[in-house]
Amino acid sequence: MKPGPGTYRVGGKVYASVLGLVSTRPPLVHVTPLSGRYIPKAGDVVVGTVTDVQTTFWLLDIAAPRWAPLHMTGTPWQIDVGETDRYLRVGDAVVVRVENLEATGRIGVTMAGEGLGKLEGGTLVRVSPARIPRVVGRGGSMVETITRHTGARIAIGQNGRIWIDGSPEAIRRVSEVLRMIDENGQRSGLTQEVEAYLRSTAPDGPVEPEERRSPPAHERRRSDEPDARPWGGADGDTPPSFRTEDL
Amino acid sequence: MGNVGAKDVPVLLSPEGLRLDGRRLDELRPIRIEAGVLHQADGSAFVEWGQNKVMAAVYGPREVHPRHLQQNNKAVIQCKYNMAAFAVDERKRPGLDRRSQEISKVIAEAFESVVFAEEFPRTSIDVYIEVLQANAGTRCAGLVAASVALADAGIPMVDLVPAVAVGKVAGQIVLDLKKEEDNFGEADLPMALVPQSGRLVLLQMEGHMTEEELGRALDLGVKGCRDIYDRMKGALRERYALTPVVGGSA
Repeated sequence: MKPGPGTYRVGGKVYASVLGLVSTRPPLVHVTPLSGRYIPKAGDVVVGTVTDVQTTFWLLDIAAPRWAPLHMTGTPWQIDVGETDRYLRVGDAVVVRVENLEATGRIGVTMAGEGLGKLEGGTLVRVSPARIPRVVGRGGSMVETITRHTGARIAIGQNGRIWIDGSPEAIRRVSEVLRMIDENGQRSGLTQEVEAYLRSTAPDGPVEPEERRSPPAHERRRSDEPDARPWGGADGDTPPSFRTEDL
Repeated sequence: MGNVGAKDVPVLLSPEGLRLDGRRLDELRPIRIEAGVLHQADGSAFVEWGQNKVMAAVYGPREVHPRHLQQNNKAVIQCKYNMAAFAVDERKRPGLDRRSQEISKVIAEAFESVVFAEEFPRTSIDVYIEVLQANAGTRCAGLVAASVALADAGIPMVDLVPAVAVGKVAGQIVLDLKKEEDNFGEADLPMALVPQSGRLVLLQMEGHMTEEELGRALDLGVKGCRDIYDRMKGALRERYALTPVVGGSA
């Protein structure tokens, strides 16, 4: 067996280098981490906050080992040098995509593309990046359940940062559900548990279990779609539109 | 009346060969390790070891502060060991002192030899160790807590790093000194082991022992470390609700 990610080899034996679950895909053995910071992957859509503003770029905290520079050319806006702070300021939240990773550890991100942009209003919560597949659910079932019961708009970053917008009550309920998922990540049947919780805490009194209505065709997700879809929302497949500041 | 000072020295070893707290020579104090006790940290652990209480938190890999410490080929490991003012009988003057600087340094160096730091260039892995209650052996307890916290933080490492102190008390080589044994004993020898390779990554000594005694002390310490190693793994399994698996190798 050859050492894959999360392992190392000494004297013909392969050892785990991180805390995680072993899996074998001959000829590789690898260990999937159960914890740890977000390790960026090209193509990931992540939620970040601005930590520094320079004349031609911003530095974003995307919960990765390094801050990620977002160059002004990687935005949907036409910006003059030195005007970056008129568009994004320290503390602003954004949705960006990881474009390239350099050997130096530099993380290149872009905000130009569908579903990317500045987040207005709302609240950010954190979960472990290892839990994101559970938050999305198979074919998006978990996030669909959450948005259907709360009416909140949700943006899920692969980095474990999740943006929620809606009524204060909706935000509170979604945060609580995300905390449940974060703490019980390895449990099966989580989606049903979450649904039961959301029913029992519905603002208009508990909702009786109903036959789950089949979503209209345009909202239905194919099961072969990757689970990495960042968007779930009351408005189905349409990513929330982002207002950029009126300048 | 004889020597007044001598009266203050407790009987460290009973005629039956038992220690102050009833332990045998090669017996550890009770240990409890809990992983993942802090939400804000990337990894954390709490260790109760005899009458020691130690909390460790790990942050990172993250941006290096201060910037000039940044290494462009690997992560730097920064460790801060601190003892709370209320950790000992007589109030300890809070803040950095020579002792805490030394311990921070030797613990950081112990981790430098196990962490795969090249995987995270230009970043920092920050380890904070807070001693809340002290009763000898806090650098070992701190190292154990920090090591579990590093694993909890998902940091790639060669292995966990168990640590224990061995010493010479009333002429005998004993495992895991408590405070009176440390104060009135003849020698104290804290050590940290990498079980995977059998290497020692921390070894200090205070006091005197013969070469032959040192050899026996090291053997005893390695045995103690392996015992602690199992408990460290147990704490991590409990945290992630994993069923026990045999050994560390795949």
